[in-house]
Amino acid sequence: MREINGVNNFVVKFANVNGTGSASANHLFAKAIFRMGIPVSPRNIFPSNIQGLPTWYEVRVSSKGYLGRRGGVDLMVCVNPQSMEQDIASIDPGGYFLYDSTKPLAQHLRRDDIHFFSIPLTEMCMREFDNPRLRQLLRNVVYVGALAALLNLKFSILKDLLNDQFKRKQELISSNVHALEMGYQFATENFDCPLPIRLEQGGDVAPHIRESEHILMNGNTAAALGAIYGGATVAAWYPITPSTSVIDAFSTYAERLRIDAGSGKRNYAIVQAEDELSAMGMVVGASWNGARAFTATSGPGLSLMSEFLGLAYFAEVPVVLINVQRSGPSTGMPTRSQQSDILAAAYASHGDTKQVLVFPATPRECFDMTVESFHLAEQLQTPVIMMSDLDLGMNDWMSPALEWDDDSTMDRGKVLDAEALDKAEDWGRYRDVDGDGICYRTLPGTHPDKGAFFTRGSSKDPFAVYSESGEDYVQNVDRLLRKFETAKNLVPAPKTHRPIEVKKPKTKLKLGALFFGTSASPAYEAVEMLADEGYPIDTMRIRAFPFHHELDQFIHDRDLVFVIEQNRDGQMRRLIINECEIPPGKLMPVLNYSGTPITARNIARKIRETLKTKSADVVALHPEKA
Amino acid sequence: MSYIKPKFRHPRLPINTLGYTVADYDGAISTLCAGCGHDSISAAIRNACFLSSIPPHRIAKLSGIGCSSKMPTYFMGRSHGFNSVHGRMPSVATGASLANRELTYIGVSGDGDTASIGIGQFVHLVRRNVNMTYIVANNGCYGLTKGQVSATADLGTVSKYGTANQFEGIDIASLALLQGASLVARSFSGDKEQLEPLIRGAMAHKGFAFIDVVSPCVTFNNHAGSTRSYTETREHLDAMPLDFVPMREEIRTHYAAGTGQNVTLHDGSVIHLHKTGTDYRTNDRVAALNALQAAQEEDRILTGLLFLDPNSQDLNRNLNLATRPLNELGKNELCPGSRVLNSINEGLR
Ligand SMILES: Cc1ncc(C[n+]2csc(CCOP(=O)(O)OP(=O)(O)O)c2C)c(N)n1
Ligand code: SF4
Ligand SMILES: [Mg+2]
Repeated sequence: MREINGVNNFVVKFANVNGTGSASANHLFAKAIFRMGIPVSPRNIFPSNIQGLPTWYEVRVSSKGYLGRRGGVDLMVCVNPQSMEQDIASIDPGGYFLYDSTKPLAQHLRRDDIHFFSIPLTEMCMREFDNPRLRQLLRNVVYVGALAALLNLKFSILKDLLNDQFKRKQELISSNVHALEMGYQFATENFDCPLPIRLEQGGDVAPHIRESEHILMNGNTAAALGAIYGGATVAAWYPITPSTSVIDAFSTYAERLRIDAGSGKRNYAIVQAEDELSAMGMVVGASWNGARAFTATSGPGLSLMSEFLGLAYFAEVPVVLINVQRSGPSTGMPTRSQQSDILAAAYASHGDTKQVLVFPATPRECFDMTVESFHLAEQLQTPVIMMSDLDLGMNDWMSPALEWDDDSTMDRGKVLDAEALDKAEDWGRYRDVDGDGICYRTLPGTHPDKGAFFTRGSSKDPFAVYSESGEDYVQNVDRLLRKFETAKNLVPAPKTHRPIEVKKPKTKLKLGALFFGTSASPAYEAVEMLADEGYPIDTMRIRAFPFHHELDQFIHDRDLVFVIEQNRDGQMRRLIINECEIPPGKLMPVLNYSGTPITARNIARKIRETLKTKSADVVALHPEKA
Repeated sequence: MSYIKPKFRHPRLPINTLGYTVADYDGAISTLCAGCGHDSISAAIRNACFLSSIPPHRIAKLSGIGCSSKMPTYFMGRSHGFNSVHGRMPSVATGASLANRELTYIGVSGDGDTASIGIGQFVHLVRRNVNMTYIVANNGCYGLTKGQVSATADLGTVSKYGTANQFEGIDIASLALLQGASLVARSFSGDKEQLEPLIRGAMAHKGFAFIDVVSPCVTFNNHAGSTRSYTETREHLDAMPLDFVPMREEIRTHYAAGTGQNVTLHDGSVIHLHKTGTDYRTNDRVAALNALQAAQEEDRILTGLLFLDPNSQDLNRNLNLATRPLNELGKNELCPGSRVLNSINEGLR
């Protein structure tokens, strides 16, 4: 039988039933690997349901620090009979299947090309523990103990983590530790431990990871913290997976960090609105009145917010929206990840609108970009939408530690206070004095007789006086375009990576790959796989819309550019075609939209296929480069 | 088009305690139809703010969409205003009031804006008890889109186009009462004597103050067969007269015992209800609902202060907001700094 050999490089997947307490045991496993200093990325794959349906937890270990999904499974831990058949089928040849053998495994499920490890988990727990709920919970801890032996996971770290988790509840700590030991002992006595796939602390971990401080955190928590540091004072929202935890975390941090020392009162307001229309309306009202305000939502909520996003665009009200993308409508796959709101967000609303988007790829970027979104929204006086997704928002990611510069300032943009209004000559709310398309705002209540104006959509002249003149309209919306140009230099610039050196390239074509957000990590990994096979590909990670001028150049300088994203229609590719002066045929879509995050293997396979079958067409398309 | 009115000040115009004349509370010239009830409401709001000496720049005017929602352009040009989205002004007003709890918020809406597209937001605004005055100019139709029947139109009322309304009208004053509004009133755009003091009382009230104002649409709903024409409204009006006595004036106007009822507001000002045959009490929500229902049964329009709870807790109090407006807080109050962030990092290792 084939042996998978992977020191610090493998994929473990857990098949559980939701509502059985598996999440915390699985998290314990992942966090222990992280504490060993080995790059790890855990992912929940869960149904839109509270109890009783299959749920999976996939843990990727990668010494090089690739945190996206690789594809395939090396070790499957299965305590869910419902999904057993498909779980066994999904294991890579040579892989391992660890299961609860309290009930014997049906003969037809056996495979000859994988290893089976049977542990009577339920039976062991029935024997050891009296409390029925505890039996169910600790069953999960027993398999973590077994994995510690099988994978060489440091037992002392597991114990430390349990101590941290249960603080002083000694009883819970000892029953959990006991469960770990039961599993550990069973594995050492019955199996050949450790396996060829295993952990080695201080092994060949990539230097960029070994040498810098990392944390394990999910993107939604990071974004919430960004809202705290970015100075948000008003949060209005309506619950929707996968964005709910942004506000939950904001609330937790605000309770701790935003209480007025003297009075004990709150320096923030959180309102659970009646729907997303209202949530966005509250944000618009609060921002219009000079507070930093934000909301968080997902797909259907974005649709409902669209009318207000249009008003905010034309009325030039700063808005911060954290959009945690998922698939489709409410009865789509609401607990699955996608990057499929790109077009809906970029052109959100009626009339000629273009919205500013930022695309974080790590929790660290969720934090930084949320802070940045508040600055940008006020500098540009327009909505800024942070495009996260379920994979980034709800899963724990190993991320560079968060950093804060205490000398940084809160840039409130062009707002005139009473003194400035006294000095200002001929002030008009929509006069483009500086030529950058950004005009001077005033806030209600500032000055007894200067600076008041009536905010409305687009029927206005530069002095905010009601006007339906075509000339005024054109002048105004053209200025908004000028402002969008200005935005190009303010939004986060794309990141380009030096091409990986390829000894004997198999192609003469100059290849590039574009991607963003959670497609980035598996894309980098795929590019490395392809470089090994002789295909050199340069990369650019897009971080914002409007697109930086560098993007046009990147595409111009290459024969063929793969656009890697997680939606059916290649939405980012279409946005680029729409916004950049480039021949559309150069852009090849590489897509995944099954709801589970895109994998490196998948990307590599699709690019490889294109290069093998399509390169002839491409050469014909650009004969001068042939 | 709106026009800026010429600034002209008559030397003998009365001034309020801030030294402003009523002209300082003017807005642009109205572009509504001549005779539209909404213009009378604009004038009443302007006069109320003048009489109560509210600095114009400390008022924020918010509206949705409709002829009625255009009104804020036509009063108080020195106040910031926001003509927002059809039916969604409640949320904008909620956000605005959270950002700065010190301004006076006046929301102006229509019956279409509030009772149709915006009924969801309206109900939630009421139950949150946002500290603002919310005025509906209720004409029983959609003026701006040319006279379609609205959700507050009475059953059987005949539209401009000759059809009788088949559906039960929504009584928004009853709705506000049911949802716990802390001040509920109804008035008529043609009854300045009642409307002005009501608006002053509403602005002095701490909490959500709702005034439903019957405001005939001369162009689309003023014909025979309509239950909301000027003539019909005047004929069916049961008005409970009242006065507003601000705190500062120490009840200069004396009311002899037995001539009516004084209702004291949170800030010490008083709404005086003249004695009427009914001896209406404003502190009884159930009685208010019954009175509205009874009036409706008899085809009467009951106007006046229907309900007031002067001690209600507004949203700012319920959220335990700091007294300093949120929009004045800076980096020092808002940003916890690197030391705290490092300890957060520590907890995530
Ligand atoms: C989303 C949306 N739908 C429809 C409209 C069109 N519209 C403008 S005003 C209006 C009705 C206004 O009626 P009402 O609030 O009673 O105000 P009135 O004009 O009668 O004072 C409608 C339907 C709109 N502006 N927005
Ligand atoms: S259409 Fe009716 S509501 Fe609109 S301005 Fe004219 S009279 Fe007033
Ligand atoms: Mg109307």
